[in-house]
Amino acid sequence: MTVSLQRPMSKATDQNCLTLEKVTISYGSFEAVRDVYLDIPRGKVTAFIGPSGCGKSTVLRGLNRMNDLIEGCSLKGRVVFDGQDIYAPEVDPVEVRRRIGMVFQQPNPFPKSIYENIAFGARINGFTGDMDELVESSLRKAFIWDETKDKLKQSGNSLSGGQQQRLCIARAIAIEPEVILMDEPCSALDPISTLKIEELMHELKKTFSIVIVTHNMQQAVRVSDQTAFFNAEAVEGGSGKVGYLVEFNDTEKIFNAPVQQATQDYVTGRFG
Amino acid sequence: MTSFTPALQASSLRYDPALKRNRLDKFYNALSGFFSLIVVMPLFLVLVYVIIQGGRLISIPLFTQLPPAPGLEGGGIGNAIIGTFVVTIVASLIAIPIGVGGGVYLAEYSTGGPFARFIRTGNDILAGVPSIICGVFVYGAIVATRVFFGQSYTAVAGGIALAVLMLPTVIKTTDEGLKLVPKALSMGAIGVGASKFVTVTRITLPSAFTPIATGIVLAIARAAGETAPLIFTALFSPFWPEGVFNPIATMSVLIFNFAIMPYEAQNELAWAASFVLVVLILGANLLARWLRRFAN
Repeated sequence: MTVSLQRPMSKATDQNCLTLEKVTISYGSFEAVRDVYLDIPRGKVTAFIGPSGCGKSTVLRGLNRMNDLIEGCSLKGRVVFDGQDIYAPEVDPVEVRRRIGMVFQQPNPFPKSIYENIAFGARINGFTGDMDELVESSLRKAFIWDETKDKLKQSGNSLSGGQQQRLCIARAIAIEPEVILMDEPCSALDPISTLKIEELMHELKKTFSIVIVTHNMQQAVRVSDQTAFFNAEAVEGGSGKVGYLVEFNDTEKIFNAPVQQATQDYVTGRFG
Repeated sequence: MTSFTPALQASSLRYDPALKRNRLDKFYNALSGFFSLIVVMPLFLVLVYVIIQGGRLISIPLFTQLPPAPGLEGGGIGNAIIGTFVVTIVASLIAIPIGVGGGVYLAEYSTGGPFARFIRTGNDILAGVPSIICGVFVYGAIVATRVFFGQSYTAVAGGIALAVLMLPTVIKTTDEGLKLVPKALSMGAIGVGASKFVTVTRITLPSAFTPIATGIVLAIARAAGETAPLIFTALFSPFWPEGVFNPIATMSVLIFNFAIMPYEAQNELAWAASFVLVVLILGANLLARWLRRFAN
């Protein structure tokens, strides 16, 4: 397992780390998001933006099978990671989540010490190396080592909200995933903590591919290389709105010269 | 608007005790206070009576000696105190693993389907089953069939009967306690690649430790004071306990037996045992309250 933790970053030929092919995700009989085709590039930050209820968080959770935990949630289509459809019957979702980590909207450190918060993931993944070193390097990578090095034995809950979120990021990178999914990681944080996490993302994309859902368009501009704009529309005979992918392009293009009118309206705030 | 003005001017802001609504208010206040007094009165009367009757009999021989033969003086309830602990420990060893395991299933593994609903409803009904029925059940299943080495009445049979009584409480508190653990915590664990089993055992269960421990302590406190299920499972013994596969004395059955005997010494021991039992159960309840404080 220690070997696999030092996995090489990428096969140079393969530019995309995750590919969605005609993905439709439903809750029971209600389709939350329909027919998404998306190529998420490796080693970059990809942002999902769009109004509430457009299914961007649903798609994000579909990327590492977190939706499995939601009752009645089903996915049609293919999500290809590392040459495999992660929804194929022989795939173990636990393995998928070990290679595609997740950071949540609300900081959710375990009610354990800061040290144990980091060590937990590594330990259950069979890490046998130097745990102290792993904890230190993970905390350093998440820019939180200086604030926590003297209180590693204290509870993760004793930190401030912004620190907790960076601890959660450190926890996610401790298991050396290839992709980190972030579901509105800054929406519960103050602007200064948000800035720190954005700086952190610029640093992390050197090692990991990052997908972030955000409601903050300035944030998408600041941190992301590519942006996917999702929207929702009412469909005939359907109950409620169904989300779909409107446009996916370089962030600069999405915000300065979008192809679709709906994107233009949304990014300029003329969204009705 | 103008039509209200004279009335408003006439009324004063002063509190008028003679008003009907104020008189009724006072009356209902007094009435509810009176009823709540009646509610707590039995508790105080029982406690005071037991303390007066039993407390004066507390002495060292009480804890170290066997009950006297009928007609003789002195003696103690040492065997019954040990017996109560033995039977309760046997019950806990059975009820805690099964109850916590069942609660974990209900809260974490079941998907709320018909089977889980059946278990939950069945558990609630089991909580309402009279304790003597548990005793009869264990008598029929274990005592009468002599499954334990041909022994009929045994401490283990008593423990099993108490375990049946403890189960609903343990299952319910585990189930409810686990449901209170924020979903975000288990999501976090699963997000770093933890399996379901690791998530439950390492994150969710430890987070719910306080409510579960509280429920277990309350279940033990309830079981320790039960008499009916023990009368015809653990029976009684005037001797020191001889292992768990023999009849054993317990404080509650000792009280039941001795309180109605026509001998002064036995009656006094029954009072002393009542006192010890009440103090133990009170202690367990206080422990549960103390544990609960950690939840906040």
